Amino acid sequence: MISLYRWNFCEGKACGEAAGDYTDRVWSRAENVSNFMEADSIFGPDSRLVYKHYATLYFVFVFDSSENELAMLDLIQVFVETLDKCFRNVCELDIVFNYSKLHTILDEIIFGGQVLETSSAEVMKVVEEISRQESASNSIGLVTKTVSGWRNR
Amino acid sequence: MDSLFQRSLDDIIKGLRHQQAGESAFVSKVLEEVRREIKSTDSHTKSTALQKLTYLHSICFVDMSWAAFHAIECISYPNFTHKKVGYLAISQSFQESTPVILLISNQLRKDLKSNVEVEVSLALECLSRIGNLDLCRDLTPEVFTLMASSRIPVRKKAIGVVLRLFGKYPDAVRVCFKRLVESLESSDSPPIVSAVIGVFCELASKDPKAYLPLAPEFYKILVDSRNNWVLIKVLKIFTKLAPLEPRLAKKIVEPICELMSKTGAKSLMFECIRTILTSLAEHESAVKLAAGRINELLIDEDPNLRYLGLHALAIVAPKHIWAVLENKEFVIKSLSDPDPNIKLESLRLVMEMVSESNVVEICRVLVNYATKSEPEFCNVILGSILSTCSNNVYEIIVDFDWYVSLLGEMSRIQHCQKGEEIENQLIDIGMRVQDVRPELVRVGRDLLMDPALLGNPFLHRILSAAAWLCGEYVEFIRNPVELMESLLQPRTSLLPPSVRAVYLESAFKALVFCLHSYLKSATSSDHSALGLSDPGVSKENHITPDSVLHLLNLIDMAVGPLSGSYDVEIQERARNILGFTELIKPVLSDSLHPQDERHKQQVEASKMVRLLHDTFSDELGPVSMSAQGRVPVPDGLVLHENLADLEAVCGSSLPASSATISFEGSHNVEGATSIFISDQKEESEPSSESTSLLAEHRKRHGLYYLPSEKNTEHHEANNDYPPANELKSELAEQSFLPKRKSKQVKARPVVVKLDEGDVLPISSKIPQAKDDSLSEAVRDVLLGNEADADTLTQKAAADSVIRKKGKEKLNAKEQEDDLDHMDSQSGTVQNPVKERSKRSSRKQNADEGDHGGDKGKQKRRHRHGKHRTREGVQNPPANVISQTPVPDLLL
Repeated sequence: MISLYRWNFCEGKACGEAAGDYTDRVWSRAENVSNFMEADSIFGPDSRLVYKHYATLYFVFVFDSSENELAMLDLIQVFVETLDKCFRNVCELDIVFNYSKLHTILDEIIFGGQVLETSSAEVMKVVEEISRQESASNSIGLVTKTVSGWRNR
Repeated sequence: MDSLFQRSLDDIIKGLRHQQAGESAFVSKVLEEVRREIKSTDSHTKSTALQKLTYLHSICFVDMSWAAFHAIECISYPNFTHKKVGYLAISQSFQESTPVILLISNQLRKDLKSNVEVEVSLALECLSRIGNLDLCRDLTPEVFTLMASSRIPVRKKAIGVVLRLFGKYPDAVRVCFKRLVESLESSDSPPIVSAVIGVFCELASKDPKAYLPLAPEFYKILVDSRNNWVLIKVLKIFTKLAPLEPRLAKKIVEPICELMSKTGAKSLMFECIRTILTSLAEHESAVKLAAGRINELLIDEDPNLRYLGLHALAIVAPKHIWAVLENKEFVIKSLSDPDPNIKLESLRLVMEMVSESNVVEICRVLVNYATKSEPEFCNVILGSILSTCSNNVYEIIVDFDWYVSLLGEMSRIQHCQKGEEIENQLIDIGMRVQDVRPELVRVGRDLLMDPALLGNPFLHRILSAAAWLCGEYVEFIRNPVELMESLLQPRTSLLPPSVRAVYLESAFKALVFCLHSYLKSATSSDHSALGLSDPGVSKENHITPDSVLHLLNLIDMAVGPLSGSYDVEIQERARNILGFTELIKPVLSDSLHPQDERHKQQVEASKMVRLLHDTFSDELGPVSMSAQGRVPVPDGLVLHENLADLEAVCGSSLPASSATISFEGSHNVEGATSIFISDQKEESEPSSESTSLLAEHRKRHGLYYLPSEKNTEHHEANNDYPPANELKSELAEQSFLPKRKSKQVKARPVVVKLDEGDVLPISSKIPQAKDDSLSEAVRDVLLGNEADADTLTQKAAADSVIRKKGKEKLNAKEQEDDLDHMDSQSGTVQNPVKERSKRSSRKQNADEGDHGGDKGKQKRRHRHGKHRTREGVQNPPANVISQTPVPDLLL
């Protein structure tokens, strides 16, 4: 099991436990049922959870009444599309080894708890710009073995 | 040199993946390395160490608060990669209370001013995640500048961060709000509109009233925008605004309906439906349209859409139940859908449809579903039946006999775990509804008789209720001997002690009842000289001398061993029963084997039994929660006084002799037999012993004990208090439900309802519309009450309350003025939005002292006058904002 948690407004361990709990519940859901779950018992009142899985990858978003349920499903789609563009057919290992790139992508889509970008093309532009900046800054200094491999992708 | 041998993040990830069991050992080893490496002066080594730590923090939740300062160092590096690592670490680990958080203020400012776009983004992101009051206050000017940036991505994020600024530092509103509103009109760049509408959606969800004046801008977006994300957010805003202003609702209903029928996006369509059902439910035609769209959702293949369709029905149900009834078949069918969400939602809808006339039918259907469902959903169904039926003191129940037998039936459902709730309702109904007691006792008896039920721990609470009911209303039992047998059956050893104690007490009551009716029949047979075979009395209860003997033997056998139980409740009750039987046996045995002296003995026995019987047949009733408060304080009773002299009072009033035989009072451990041998003289001995112990105890703990039996002198006064039961019946009489429908075949029995005792006091907890500083600031800005930002930041907190009141009133009046102003120009205004901005520019001019334009001039003076008097305004009515409507022409 591989998981990457990103909290916008949630603190420390409580969320970790909550996530563990919900991971089990999401996994135990049957195929072909609706993708929403009530989540207020753990993430506070008015919060709901939506998940979607692509082969072995599960994506879970928690949201509140300021968002539209179906739009959140679309947002997962946007996120996955972006990952696909980024890694050419995203798979588990991409996610495992590209920790900070995932954060970069998420930061572009969700900013301070709000959905700020819904076009994967726009997100890609920024991600590429950031990669360019990083390689530029790294090529100035010594290229050591710790330069993480992901930027070459 | 460090970096040459340093493990990279990839190495760590690989290492973690290869660990099978010893993951924590591996993590702590890496942590050790990190602690060493992070102290390095080499920026690369440090940032790599920090990156690894951040990774471990987010995957394994290891503590990284100790590295806060290192993260701050990293963001100050010129190298972008290192800076980025630092920012990620900070966003992941800093909290508002992180001590070093203020140290990043300068670096953030520097990066916000950077020429490199991605650096600005990093700083903005960081601020949006961890900004606290100080950071937000310090950086508001920079964000304000960026809100006008020509670089769209930066501008977008600057707008996004405004939400954090407003939340933490409300005075930022006075700086940024105008620019935020202006951004609403940048229709040339959709990302900006999307961002700003998102911010307004969040703001409006907290205090919609403050944003009502912006309705025209939102309306324009609703009509013009083609972006579904933006439209959804605008609809969310209108959902909040429309209930505040009926005319606004009228205005938006048409475009929303149009949007709903034209759009191809299901998300947008659903949002339209929700907006109509939530906030425009008074517009029948719109609701009809929405109901049509819901039907489309319901028949869709996608379970998500079916679920949301049902969800929408649940929203509309309270106001337009017809929309649900139209889909009744579908809703009921959905109870067996494989999708848990759909099942739950349809259950909710089914419960919405319940009424007095169909409750029987619906409950029948639901119980059927419950027996077929898996445990979890089964209990959800049972739970909602229980809560719906008991709602408002069983409002919808007419036929209580039916309901009580339904409760019995529900208890027997295999997965039932609602023992506690059913227990409460059984007892509650027993006390409230007199007419249903025979049926209750029948249901209870059936439950008690079934030895299989004793093995199910979820049913123990129900059995406890059944036992109590059968004991309390034993007069309705057809065969009390049979009841005694089931109360004392061997399998009762499976019960928890608390329930077993109830069983014993009920057995005691039943025993007394049996003996009483036996003796009564014996006496009457004496008189009539017909013997024990008198059909009128004894047949009714099946009490024969043999069965009395049988009962006494049964008690010896079943209760005897319990007198040594370790549970005090059980032990005490068991001994009570045994004591009683020991006492009664010798007198009874004579009467059972008729002899000459029989008569005299029997009189003695029946005296004893009658005494007990009377004790038990005193009826219990529900007690209003406020009963205590209604007891008038008698004259001469001084409460709240120093109780130091209590001891003297207590001492003099001892020993108190109790006039009635008390079961609870004597804790004589010697043996059960000795308790009741007694007439009062004998009994007073142990009792006075215990009181003297109590007195001793009081001597030590003085003030903490109120005397329980102090007052011979207060005794008469005590008699003035209506006892709880009398109080109850008095109250009950006042509030008997006269609700009887003439058409009903079976009249609804009287349900005892106490005045307010049944309703939990819920008033006073309604949250007041929070007039917090944010909405205050927003209102000020929107309504042109802007004061100098500097003076505002210097304001003292102490006078804020007074000022707030004054200002609110003033705002209201100001708004009225604005509206008047608009009205006066209503003939000429074509574009109200422009008009608004014209006004604001006029205001700016005014501040600069530019006196031009006659109308503006008057207005300005007016306003300045207000500013001066803002502290002193007393008269205008408060809270006018809600009353002052936005005029139609605003739209």
